[in-house]
Amino acid sequence: MDLSSKEQYDVIIIGGGITGTGTARDCAMRGLKVLLLERFDFTAGATGRNHGLLHSGARYAVTDGESAAECIKENMILRKIASNCVEQNDGLFITLPEDDLDYQAKFVTACQSAGISAEIIDPEEAKILEPSVNQDLIGAVRVPDGSVDPFRLTMANVIDAKRYGAKILTYRKVTNFIFQQGRVVGVESVDVQTKEMHKDYANVTINAGGIWGHGIAELAGVKVNMFPAKGALLIFGHRVNNMVLNRCRKPADADILVPGDTICVIGTTSSRIPYSEIDYTSVTPEEVDLLLSEGEKLAPSLATTRILRAYSGVRPLIAADNDPTGRNISRGIVLMDHEVRDGVPGFITISGGKLMTYRLMAEWATDLACKKLNVDAACRTATTCLPGSTEQGEEEQKPKKLFFFGKTAHKAAESRHGSLTDKIPTSDRYDDSLVCECEEVSVGEVKYAITDLHVNNLVNLRRRTRVGMGTCQGELCACRAAGLLGKAHDCAAKSKEDLVHFLNERWKGMYPVGWGDTLCESQFTSWIYEGVFGLEQGNNENNSGK
Amino acid sequence: MKFDTIIIGGGLSGLTCAISLSKKGQKCAVISAGQSALHFCSGSFDLLGYSNGSLVNEPLKAIASLPETHPYSLLGADRVASLTASVKPFFSEMGITFHGDESRNHFRITPMGGLKPTWLTLSDFTPIETADSLPWKKAAILNVSGFLDFHTAFIADGLEKFGVECSISAFSLPETDRIRKNPSEMRSSNLARIFEEEETLRKLVPIVNERGKDADIVILPSVFGLFSSRSMELLKSLTSVPICLLPAIPPSVPGIRVQYIIREYFRHLGGIYTLGDTVASGKFNGDVLKSISTVNQGDIELKADNFVLASGSFFSHGLAAQYKCVYEPIFNLDVVADADRSSWCDSNFFESQPYMSYGVATDADFHAKLGGKSIRNLYVAGSVLSGFNPVKESCGAGVSILTALHVADLIAKK
Repeated sequence: MDLSSKEQYDVIIIGGGITGTGTARDCAMRGLKVLLLERFDFTAGATGRNHGLLHSGARYAVTDGESAAECIKENMILRKIASNCVEQNDGLFITLPEDDLDYQAKFVTACQSAGISAEIIDPEEAKILEPSVNQDLIGAVRVPDGSVDPFRLTMANVIDAKRYGAKILTYRKVTNFIFQQGRVVGVESVDVQTKEMHKDYANVTINAGGIWGHGIAELAGVKVNMFPAKGALLIFGHRVNNMVLNRCRKPADADILVPGDTICVIGTTSSRIPYSEIDYTSVTPEEVDLLLSEGEKLAPSLATTRILRAYSGVRPLIAADNDPTGRNISRGIVLMDHEVRDGVPGFITISGGKLMTYRLMAEWATDLACKKLNVDAACRTATTCLPGSTEQGEEEQKPKKLFFFGKTAHKAAESRHGSLTDKIPTSDRYDDSLVCECEEVSVGEVKYAITDLHVNNLVNLRRRTRVGMGTCQGELCACRAAGLLGKAHDCAAKSKEDLVHFLNERWKGMYPVGWGDTLCESQFTSWIYEGVFGLEQGNNENNSGK
Repeated sequence: MKFDTIIIGGGLSGLTCAISLSKKGQKCAVISAGQSALHFCSGSFDLLGYSNGSLVNEPLKAIASLPETHPYSLLGADRVASLTASVKPFFSEMGITFHGDESRNHFRITPMGGLKPTWLTLSDFTPIETADSLPWKKAAILNVSGFLDFHTAFIADGLEKFGVECSISAFSLPETDRIRKNPSEMRSSNLARIFEEEETLRKLVPIVNERGKDADIVILPSVFGLFSSRSMELLKSLTSVPICLLPAIPPSVPGIRVQYIIREYFRHLGGIYTLGDTVASGKFNGDVLKSISTVNQGDIELKADNFVLASGSFFSHGLAAQYKCVYEPIFNLDVVADADRSSWCDSNFFESQPYMSYGVATDADFHAKLGGKSIRNLYVAGSVLSGFNPVKESCGAGVSILTALHVADLIAKK
């Protein structure tokens, strides 16, 4: 055991989801010395497993006015500070013949009182605005919904936090808290890859572990009752809709269809799962059935659209009552000062909330940390653009350098990295070669991700660059990318294991929807990797994909 | 239009059957939708590499251990033995020659640097005798600079486990650099096109000799010989170090070559090969298929005494799966598949996938079945058959070739 690292920080943040990285950015911008520890990879939890919906808040307007008001405020902020991560495509709340049209008036009133612009439009106009919508609709309301790429948003927060001096480490799992006279003064952590142990000290430790925050709090002897509510979603291989489609009724299962990039996502279901299962969720055939049958009601063309994969996330909600579905729990932000609540000074938990309100959650947590540290600094995250994003009109900051080759690959890279696209190396002609043809990811972009964006393996690389996220789901690019990673890390054996793991990770989302082209593609992938290439699952790789 | 036999599918199985029938004097047509599984061929044809998860050394002796639904079991061990004996002469007549034979599997080197059992290895590739050793001490692994579809480090990692010391290097020629202008052009088939030029190929000679001067073997990606093995033979004759080709990411150059040669041979025998057409439907009269119609031919019916379905598995669209069922998309023939969709796949990608062995149901004489009844003049061959797992058993090419030859014999004997 090596306990050599004994650094002192102002704040240690546990968790590399959007809340943790957002909090790291806010803390660092206010001049605090920050360490962030993430057990696996950024966006590995609920952050990377949701709709990618830039909520207007309309969905919560009737049931939870407070959350709705928070949402619309943050929605407007993200449009400004994270322009490269959002698509401002607006949304429709549609009423179908089976729904109660009276709900529409109630809905619009609630939206307006939460500050959300909600305009009733003629169903005929809705069909023109969004041709994919169910043509039987009898009512439509237009709201400022949009799409947000949570992977990009998280990385933008990471990059900015680091610019302000934060130290950010992935694959570092917190194993214990260090106490001094009843006060949390630091954490012990293990490097998941090298098994090395570390101790780090800080005056304040912030638990931003999402659903895993329950277990982290337990390590500090504090009880935080999480309510693990699993949500399943399906990604389609085409973008059938251009506006977000919702049902104008009380929130229910599978009633949001969100377009994003070249795809669209239908979700979600909601079912309570035991805490012991949060690391092992999978999508059941029943959930797929439900998502398809409800999704087709929003946009009938989904019935004939290829499904790329199924996935599920676990909402980090704080248990409040005995609702078995998890739908009636407030999506509100929960900030716990464990000094006040449990008599454990130096420890804060920030949870609840949602992707949309991450910035506000970070602000609240940072405010509390600053108060404890006697630091007087104002929050600037609502007005300072994230790296890669520029405010409209700031054209001069757009990347000027063009790749050697055509425009589409450059545009694809630019859509992912915004004004940071200039960082992608293009000096070497080989940098222009495409690794992933579906998503047009070049060798240079892979190199940039490896050196600048915390990439240890293929799953990390996928989250940073979209390698393997396209229609072939890594069929050919996985091997190319594995070759480049093996070269960068100088370890071919590890890269082969990583390739096995990556193929299984992709398969986990494919087999629940294993029919049509997805099955054809899988068979092809098996034939190549296992048949022709002779890639085998080693003895130490027992990942069943479950 | 009237033929003796119409073969649906222009891959290894369909063309083998068509050539065999043409040689027996039949007038045949092959209707091919496009590329076949040959486009990701390793350079070897497998007969039976594994049975119940164990390595098979003597494939003919292992036939008895296969389940009775396996196509080889339907053929019977004796028939498999007599058919396999005819395969090398069958292909050598077309100019395709192999190492290896059916009495004992040899091994091929994989792009991961491992060894897999196989039956016939194309003569410009390198057969390995045993599963646990390689005949070299030093290997020089060469790649074309910037070619992402060939992973030298993966090969070296594997070969080093056999005690082979490896050196890795890349080379570039003005000709290979030229195709880099388009970022997605650096693929094996395009490289092979470059090396079809003898002048370019000759530039490789000093590179191979220099990099391989201390090695027992030079390993190169299989990017030679799109239409014949001539370029590889020339390269081998000019270099002073032996060369071993290993497969790259598809498209497979040796596969494209085999496809090209057998297709041209079929045409040379007078066969009609239509590429890019898809069979849309068929007209049945009781237990006889009277005619088929295709997308391109529209309402012109194609008639034949016999038909062979060799349309491949899911990735060739010979089989299809919908949300609720697995089906055969042309005639809606009876299939062997689990009804419950949750049984189609195993959650571990590397476990045996049940869907792999789904296929069209046949009787003992390889007649397709429709509504439980055999169609007397519709035969099934190749990957569209049920009852085998080509990936787990390493038997895809064997099933394709042997069932095709068998079906051709059945038709000819009628």
